[in-house]
Amino acid sequence: MPNPPHHANTHTRRTVLKSTTVAAASTALLPDAASGAASPAAANPGDVVRVTLSVNGRSRVVDVEPRVTLLDALRERLGLTGTKKGCDRGECGACTVLVDGERIKSCLTLAVMRRGSEITTVEGLADGDRLHPVQAAFIRHDAFQCGGCTSGQIMSAVACVREGHTGSEAEIREWMSGNLCRCACYQNIVAAVADAAREVRR
Amino acid sequence: MKAFGYTQARDAADAVSLAHRTPGAGFIAGGTDLLNLMKDGVQRHDHLIDVNRLDLAAVTGTATGLHIGGLARMRQVAEHPAVRKGFPVLAQALLASASPQVRNMATIGGNLLQRTRCGYFRDTASACNKRAPGSGCPALAGWNRGHAVLGGSEHCIATHPSDLAVALTALDATVHVLGPGGPRRIPIGEFHLRPGDTPNVDTALRPAELITAVEVPNSRTATGSRYLKLRDRATFEFAVVSAAAALHLDGRTVRDVRLAFGGIATTPWRSPDAEAALRGRSLTVETISEAGRALVRDAVPRHDNGFKVELVQRALAELLNGMGGRR
Ligand SMILES: Cc1cc2nc3c(=O)[nH]c(=O)nc-3n(C[C@H](O)[C@H](O)[C@H](O)COP(=O)(O)OP(=O)(O)OC[C@H]3O[C@@H](n4cnc5c(N)ncnc54)[C@H](O)[C@@H]3O)c2cc1C
Ligand code: FES
Ligand code: FES
Repeated sequence: MPNPPHHANTHTRRTVLKSTTVAAASTALLPDAASGAASPAAANPGDVVRVTLSVNGRSRVVDVEPRVTLLDALRERLGLTGTKKGCDRGECGACTVLVDGERIKSCLTLAVMRRGSEITTVEGLADGDRLHPVQAAFIRHDAFQCGGCTSGQIMSAVACVREGHTGSEAEIREWMSGNLCRCACYQNIVAAVADAAREVRR
Repeated sequence: MKAFGYTQARDAADAVSLAHRTPGAGFIAGGTDLLNLMKDGVQRHDHLIDVNRLDLAAVTGTATGLHIGGLARMRQVAEHPAVRKGFPVLAQALLASASPQVRNMATIGGNLLQRTRCGYFRDTASACNKRAPGSGCPALAGWNRGHAVLGGSEHCIATHPSDLAVALTALDATVHVLGPGGPRRIPIGEFHLRPGDTPNVDTALRPAELITAVEVPNSRTATGSRYLKLRDRATFEFAVVSAAAALHLDGRTVRDVRLAFGGIATTPWRSPDAEAALRGRSLTVETISEAGRALVRDAVPRHDNGFKVELVQRALAELLNGMGGRR
């Protein structure tokens, strides 16, 4: 599946718009909800839409076509590469982020659909140098090998603990089942989630 | 993914009217099936109408039953106290579906409209009568382990993958839709269509129609309902075979029963014959196996899926035994 074209940074994006599509861009850049525009968002195919996302407590603006997924907006536009792309089909969980506190797969949603939502990525978990209890538990329990699935596992675990689905090993396995680990670190991941749940409840 | 336009609909009427007048438009709810299909070029909309802001997400227990908004999320429905108490098969089917992340995103309307997981359908390099009418069905003579033994035609044997739809079929639900011509109701048994000569048409939904709600009537069978899903791995997988039973038992006598099945048919499969083999009779090993035989009487097994004929009968027996058949 070819991805929509990416632009390395805002500067490049602007340059492209300026040099090639000035007229189109000026009509296509739509005001977002936060700016108080009254009419609902609308864009034509190929239009670039200005989307304000709230990511890890900071307001971030991205100019994207409607077809850009939240995952690609985070990674390619905002440089937040902690969120991983595994399958891009909702099957592996590597792209898990929290939206308004709930875990979702960011490869299966569009950035334009998430205006005004509060998004938390793995970069937003630690408090300065103090790791989130789930992050610390993953390190204590050596709950990864290659790390490809880890940020998704951690984001999913944060939600799993918050949802209270950590009563037993079987319950943790069921409620963490949307996150696959090709290195098969499941034993240690389950231990880390159980430990983090105890830590958080304390 | 091909480029597409995007509009956020304000309300249901706005969404329907946008869909009606915008060429190549489709609704996007959770996006969990649609975006996969769009990425793979299986579905190619020119414009997506975002229905997520519509006020259609409430789940309410009413005097006569359950009202589920078309935009309610799978998780929300599974957790709802009225669902867990009065319609356990629904909560069980939802919790056995997909993953926690997908259930946070996916809606009830979108779930009913999810497309088949048939590998030929999802691979644009393959022929497929459902995706490209007239191109042929490679599953008939090809790899058909996941395919249907009931309800197929010479043009298509793809199964419908929804667990929710199987549960709703056992609960006699009604789908409420709003279209350019106004609202109408579709009984769940008439919602999903067998492939026949037009496998490209999955459902009775007409162009630009929006699912606004699903209504489920209260009943004694609903209260005593259960779901059993058999998968190739323990969890996070579609059904190989599934069974939903809604049962009203009086001692060992079956007062009333509704049986629906997934994984074996081209649509969520209600079996009146299997129900008739049980209704008014005692729930015993004999009547249960009679029901199982009635269920598969017209089965047409293919090269790789013949095992389902046996498996679904065992699933039914397992489910009913757990509901009082052996006591
Ligand atoms: C990894 C994975 C595993 C899964 N496992 C399971 C499983 O085990 N069991 C199971 O049952 N399902 C499973 N699913 C499927 C999942 O349940 C569906 O993708 C989901 O329910 C679709 O809902 P949605 O809101 O995301 O729909 P979308 O993807 O937004 O839309 C799907 C279709 O419905 C249309 N649509 C959506 N809402 C409406 C409406 N209100 N009115 C009219 N049209 C509408 C859209 O136009 C589109 O054509 C799985 C999905 C994934 C990605
Ligand atoms: S990248 Fe989103 S689930 Fe795999
Ligand atoms: S640590 Fe390698 S995929 Fe999980």
